[in-house]
Amino acid sequence: MTTDTSMPAGTPAGTPAGLTTDHSRASADGAHSHGLRPSTVPESSRAERRTSFDPADFPVPTGREEEWRFSPLDRLNPLFDATNEKLAAGGVLVTVVNPPEVTVEIVGREDRRLGTVGRPGDRTAATAWSSFAEATVVTVPPQAVASAATSIRIEGVTSDASAAHLLIHARELSEAVVVLDHVGAATLAETVEIRVEDGAHLTVVSIQDWDTGSVHASAHRTVVGRDATLKHVVVTLGGDVVRITPDAEFSGEGGNIESLGLYFADANQHQEHRLFIDHNVPQCRSRVTYKGALQGESARTVWVGDVLIQAHAEGTDTYELNRNLVLTDGARADSVPNLEIETGEIEGAGHASATGRFDDEQLFYLMARGIHEVDARRLVVRGFFAELVQQIGVPEVEERLLAGIERELETSMKLIEAAS
Amino acid sequence: MSTLEIRDLHVSVETKEGAKPILRGVDLTISAGQTHAIMGPNGSGKSTLAYSLAGHPKYQITGGTVLLDGEDVLAMTVDERARAGMFLAMQYPVEVPGVTVSNFLRTAKTALDGQAPALRHWVKDVKTAMEQLRMDPAFADRNVNEGFSGGEKKRHEILQMELLAPKIAILDETDSGLDVDALRIVSEGINRVRESGDVGVMLITHYTRILRYVQPDFVHVFVDGRIAEEGGPELAEQLEAEGYDRFLAKA
Ligand SMILES: Nc1ncnc2c1ncn2[C@@H]1O[C@H](COP(=O)(O)OP(=O)(O)OP(=O)(O)O)[C@@H](O)[C@H]1O
Ligand SMILES: [Mg+2]
Repeated sequence: MTTDTSMPAGTPAGTPAGLTTDHSRASADGAHSHGLRPSTVPESSRAERRTSFDPADFPVPTGREEEWRFSPLDRLNPLFDATNEKLAAGGVLVTVVNPPEVTVEIVGREDRRLGTVGRPGDRTAATAWSSFAEATVVTVPPQAVASAATSIRIEGVTSDASAAHLLIHARELSEAVVVLDHVGAATLAETVEIRVEDGAHLTVVSIQDWDTGSVHASAHRTVVGRDATLKHVVVTLGGDVVRITPDAEFSGEGGNIESLGLYFADANQHQEHRLFIDHNVPQCRSRVTYKGALQGESARTVWVGDVLIQAHAEGTDTYELNRNLVLTDGARADSVPNLEIETGEIEGAGHASATGRFDDEQLFYLMARGIHEVDARRLVVRGFFAELVQQIGVPEVEERLLAGIERELETSMKLIEAAS
Repeated sequence: MSTLEIRDLHVSVETKEGAKPILRGVDLTISAGQTHAIMGPNGSGKSTLAYSLAGHPKYQITGGTVLLDGEDVLAMTVDERARAGMFLAMQYPVEVPGVTVSNFLRTAKTALDGQAPALRHWVKDVKTAMEQLRMDPAFADRNVNEGFSGGEKKRHEILQMELLAPKIAILDETDSGLDVDALRIVSEGINRVRESGDVGVMLITHYTRILRYVQPDFVHVFVDGRIAEEGGPELAEQLEAEGYDRFLAKA
């Protein structure tokens, strides 16, 4: 299934306000229907969705909620804190390696810098906020140019439900790369606050490479200042259930968000990425590119990309793209781009979404030149991700990623051999 | 000196209504140094023959044999056939996003030879072959067939034929969609490979214009899934003048 919608520059005023599109449930067989569960609560605008720091404002999800309709609630249940006892603190070991230009602090939850970027938008984001004891704060001072990437290793040490909180603060005109690496076994509700001050250039990479059995819900909340650029990269490979909800907004004109995502789901994995970019300020730009591959029985991915262009956000330029490559039977990808446009005075707005099966014609073409099946598959899957990997621009992450893809491909060859 | 022997080949495709026979007993022997032109009306099964020889999974072999120097081609996987020396220049080459032409060519060469080609020679060979086919060097860094024009795709197929040096080359309508200059350039490419004397060529075409550049030793008229008549180059001229009516009536 392929859909492509775009509005060229200079779309005249009078474009119907609140234009939305919904392409849900793109699965391998090309089935395409609107709405999954019949009783899904309809929602008029993303702007009206509830936000709160208090878990009590978000009832424990039932699956009828728009934002939970694709999720495996039973497996996420430990993170809902249904009994309101709060999640444990300290379920993960956080190790930071930073260059001298970047400062790292461990602070208590009373620190006034925390909780200032956006607001929790769902139950797990609220339980994450209410449960953490200490937070890791990474600060790139004004005008500092980090000489190396800051690496934050978040290692799960218990499978008891726990919470973690991070704040990444890039001050005015600074430049830095911060890599979060989630490994080990955990059941974790997490918040990552990202504040990019005016003129700063920040790259944040979040790798989810958990051990089997792990469950992870992470709210990334971002604000991007005047003429600032955030490159936000999400890489999801390991873990039973990973649900990342990056929310972004702007605090000054000229802000730029480049959002890249790569995921690879195996049998029984659920990987969900729900983005929300709020064009709440004029003259800002956003680009979203997420690509995923799936293989194995009940491998499941969900991508939802909500973009809201508010009425006063003239000059907005946005484009979002999601592509999924289904490598075997039994896997399913859902892809839901959602563009709400409240003003016609924009530079451009569009989205594209496609979910396709592994193309046997490509495989045939390569093999007809003598290339072994394993290598041919590798070429095609690597090719699918190639451009995206190049865009990341952090060499150590690229290497890590290529190795991850390689590992997945070995699994995929085993599946194919087993099937034949 | 290689020989491809096709004996009484029967091939079906799976349709909603069940298996549909397309090839109904093809007999053809192609030896190195020979060029066989295959001409026939649309839908007569020419591409089916080409794809079946290359091992495309869509086609079911229901009878017959194909031997390359005595080896059972039909028992081989697609890649094994290529490594045994078979090459198919496709009527509709496939786009492979994210895989550059140079990476693709090097990977194919490595697979065929069982080892990576010596880098310096290989780079030169590719460059020379591209120049001779009047392909812009920029194509090396483009993704395989992605956004290539029809004619560019055909040149890219012949580029592969030159670099991979097969024993048996099957060219499925390589001339279709080429302008007059491209037709000459592509024909010269085919002839360079033919001059080695080590390749047998099956040239599937609708037009005699390519046969003026690439002179066939034999012309076969393909009708309704089998060869209806065989002759020399003069048969092609006759077909162009008279069409296929005579054969269709018989079939
Ligand atoms: N999936 C299918 N279902 C039904 N018929 C099919 C299917 N695939 C191929 N055919 C038929 O097989 C026949 C042979 O097709 P083929 O492509 O081999 O012809 P061709 O001789 O190469 O024609 P052309 O000159 O147009 O390239 C055609 O009639 C075609 O419609
Ligand atoms: Mg054909």
